[in-house]
Amino acid sequence: MEIAISIITGLMIVGALYAIHAKDLLSSVIACGIVGYSLVICFLLLKAPDLAIVQIVVDTITLIIMVAVVLDSSREESFSKLDIKGYISAVTAIVLVLILLYFFTISLRSLDVLGKSSLRMADYYIEGAAQKTGSANLVTGVVFDFRGYDTMGEAVVLVTAVLGVLTILRLKGKK
Amino acid sequence: MIPFRKEQGVGEKDKLKTRNVKMKGMTLIVRKTTQLIAGMIFMYGIYVIIHGHLTPGGGFAGGVIVAGSLILVTLAFGGDFLKLLKEETGTTIVESFATIMVILIATAGFLFGTHIFFNNFLPKGIVGELVSAGVLPLYNIFVGTEVASSIFIIFLSLIIFKEESPQ
Repeated sequence: MEIAISIITGLMIVGALYAIHAKDLLSSVIACGIVGYSLVICFLLLKAPDLAIVQIVVDTITLIIMVAVVLDSSREESFSKLDIKGYISAVTAIVLVLILLYFFTISLRSLDVLGKSSLRMADYYIEGAAQKTGSANLVTGVVFDFRGYDTMGEAVVLVTAVLGVLTILRLKGKK
Repeated sequence: MIPFRKEQGVGEKDKLKTRNVKMKGMTLIVRKTTQLIAGMIFMYGIYVIIHGHLTPGGGFAGGVIVAGSLILVTLAFGGDFLKLLKEETGTTIVESFATIMVILIATAGFLFGTHIFFNNFLPKGIVGELVSAGVLPLYNIFVGTEVASSIFIIFLSLIIFKEESPQ
């Protein structure tokens, strides 16, 4: 399973890199879709069907909206030649990535194996959760009972996002 | 100054009326397929929401599926500009109502048993049955309504912005 996840993660990295460098914006949106749907397969391999359902549906709808927006625009990304400022930022980015990789390898040694970590709170949640919350689906029990505040926060975040969209995309009061 | 302004306003209104603002639909094949499929997608979303405490899924996933069916119908059939505006107003009301209901149910936990926020105050029933788990199905239903309406509002406002803006 780890080999499969490694291959899929490599595919996701390729897709993300292509999305940055594609000249046509439509193909870069499709390459973003590669990243999302590969994540769905990763979730299924890691035995998380709840996350997989949410990811596949949200990704599809986001892709539809993005394709509609891109088809309405000029579809061309404008490239400019590198000058001194561009070289300086490129060198800074490479140095920062190397530093991050170094500390990442250090921290990786102290981490547990994927999926076999010893979580202190998870044991308490799993133990007799069906009797405590009365729900056969453990995820719903955790989301709406043990972690109710988180769910309420997510709902309020969605409302805030809608308010922001309605405020920005309004022509009547803009003049 | 004032008559000039008035004149300008009237002209703009006329332009909006005569510009024939109607979102174009898609071809006959897409419309027929949508007629056959959209209802089933909607029912599947409702199923995922209602069985959220038994099977994988729940309010968020089911809400997005319901929103997907509504988006499919809007994209395939198009619609009048004024009808879209009316739909947006109605969906905004539904979304606010659902969010307030979630918070009210959570606050109702203060009234029963141990007085805490997010208290599961209804009887829990037998694990695995459709009517069980106390208030969790209610949370699922209202969160699902809220998610569906918010995603549909974002989509509708994008369409209305495109139709409304001058070419």
